[in-house]
Amino acid sequence: MSYESMLAETVAFTGHKGNVGEAYYARPLGPGPWPGVVLIHHMPGWDWWIKEATRTLAYHGFPTIAPHLYFREGPGSPDDVGARVRAAGGVSDEQVMGDVRGCMNFVRAQPYSNGKVGVIGFCSGGRHAYLAACTHPDFDAAVDCWGGNVIVDDKAQLNAKRPVAPIDLTENLRCPLLGLFGNDDENPNRDQVNRTEAVLKKLGKTYEFHRYDGAGHAFFNAARNAYRPEQALDGWSKVFAFFDRHLATTAAARAA
Amino acid sequence: MCSYIVEKAKLLGSAKGPNGWMRIDTANVYYDHPFHSPLDHVLGIDFINEAQGGRERVALELSADSARALVDKILAALASGEAEHGKGAHPHASPARGRVAAE
Repeated sequence: MSYESMLAETVAFTGHKGNVGEAYYARPLGPGPWPGVVLIHHMPGWDWWIKEATRTLAYHGFPTIAPHLYFREGPGSPDDVGARVRAAGGVSDEQVMGDVRGCMNFVRAQPYSNGKVGVIGFCSGGRHAYLAACTHPDFDAAVDCWGGNVIVDDKAQLNAKRPVAPIDLTENLRCPLLGLFGNDDENPNRDQVNRTEAVLKKLGKTYEFHRYDGAGHAFFNAARNAYRPEQALDGWSKVFAFFDRHLATTAAARAA
Repeated sequence: MCSYIVEKAKLLGSAKGPNGWMRIDTANVYYDHPFHSPLDHVLGIDFINEAQGGRERVALELSADSARALVDKILAALASGEAEHGKGAHPHASPARGRVAAE
């Protein structure tokens, strides 16, 4: 029987405009080399499930960093800080992209890194992951889990904090994209997912989309009624296979 | 969905939080994913004192049905209470309402 180990802790990272924030970081122990992942939390914030997902990726061999995107509104518990951010209309895309870049640099700079870094996000974080993949050419793979508002049908919804619909930046996408969606979701709904796929296809991007019947929004989240274990297990397997294929540097890992 | 849609209600009153009683002047009301409740969506209310920076809050996460039932009970309690005691009057009797940024 082999010995297994993992380290999960709060770390500091340098984000947008050089601001130093906190992130949750989980990694397998051992020499590596390992590909890294930046995990972007959903609107409610830096909660239990986000940290659980971070540890899940580490368990599967990906050192994963989940920045607390609301750290500037602290100190305070993540839920109180999230309430302040919500009341202020959310965080700006520019700031989130700066923080995500900082975390990408953090994980790539680790001595056990293989140099490859992916990004994954859930809900509003899925939108941010799509945006990051179109904004930062240094990502090697991206996973959008049911990100809403990638397509913005009502342009009045665009504002100073979110000035551009991510779909309009798809031309800049440089890395493979995996999308996971529940067919009962209302944001993004089936039509929006289909239209996003049509844009990716038209522009010749490398992508794979998986749609799940009997699932709606946030179907990975075991803390909610939305949890769908069968679909979630399949979805996670798609995530691990995708990251193995695009982030691993060894033939054995690529074949895994 | 995750949204940033928040309805703001101006209030005159007090709420008891982790640090004891505090004056409140605002309720931020939204319908979105919860932080604590095991529901997919909740009607959330954060009671804060915005004039003092709004950093402390008293928070609620309610199911949609129970939020509607609560509205009914608030109105019922006001109706019976005011019938008994008469209507209270204060300078903030017509609180302003607003909405902040939406995604």
